[in-house]
Amino acid sequence: MSHFEDYNIGDITELGSYTFSAEDIVRFASAYDPQGFHLSDEAAAASHFGRLSASGWHTAAVWMKLMVAFQKRHAARLLAEGLPVGRLGPSPGVDDMRWLKPVSAGDTVTYSCRVTSLTESRSRPEWGLMTMLNEGVNQHGEVVFTFVGHVFVERRPG
Amino acid sequence: MSEIRHFEDFTVGAALPLGEKTVTKAEIIEFASEFDAQPFHLDEEAARHTLLGGLAASGWHSCAMFQRLLVDNLLARSTSEGSPGIDKLKWLRPVRPGDTLSLTGTVLETRASRSRPTRGSVRFDFTLANQNGDPVMTLTCWIMFTRRKAAA
Repeated sequence: MSHFEDYNIGDITELGSYTFSAEDIVRFASAYDPQGFHLSDEAAAASHFGRLSASGWHTAAVWMKLMVAFQKRHAARLLAEGLPVGRLGPSPGVDDMRWLKPVSAGDTVTYSCRVTSLTESRSRPEWGLMTMLNEGVNQHGEVVFTFVGHVFVERRPG
Repeated sequence: MSEIRHFEDFTVGAALPLGEKTVTKAEIIEFASEFDAQPFHLDEEAARHTLLGGLAASGWHSCAMFQRLLVDNLLARSTSEGSPGIDKLKWLRPVRPGDTLSLTGTVLETRASRSRPTRGSVRFDFTLANQNGDPVMTLTCWIMFTRRKAAA
């Protein structure tokens, strides 16, 4: 991962794609969101979803999974080039998370992230706060998921 | 509460206790291994040298535990039709292995749908607090419910 100083407002990163299998959807929902429309085709058919669909939190957790995988690939590239690697810190929260369309069994969601603001942290001089608009798009090109994320990013040692 | 909750059963200002959940170290590591494989969610020793100062649950794991409490203690016995999203979510404190999290919901607003007379939306403030009473996560969202009977 890069340092805070390496990011620019407007930078867009494609994080990767993930196909939600029926098994994955049911496994996540059984543990964390056991509502009928996330558990079986039959219950989903009788609901407003119509088809077995992923928990919204599953769609969100997969964004994190792909973000972490992207950051690891990026860090490996920087290391290979002999460049310094910055750390990602925790996140204070998210805003305006929208589940715009169902993510149904077999759907492939491609996630991307656009930097919208960069703020130096006053209380933590080694860190900056990055705000991003994140988006998930399905295989039909429909936006199914968006949210505004905030994360601390390590600054370049001064 | 054995009755199925409909839109009409939510009153502005009502505070709803929605159960508690103790999270184990194994659960924290299992969730993080699949969805959020960063050192502060996976390894006690590595976590000590990070901003979180020790092993802590992924924020998305907190969301998942929140959702399970919400389903078990509210949505499962309601006419919920899901949520369009989350307006604001804050991760306020780390969730540590062994923490017992309790969920409370407060009804902020109710709005009958004009376009769909069979449906209404309820806006909630939720707080997930640890065993010391300190909030670890708060979120505000709308949840849609079917009405007891269609508006005349």
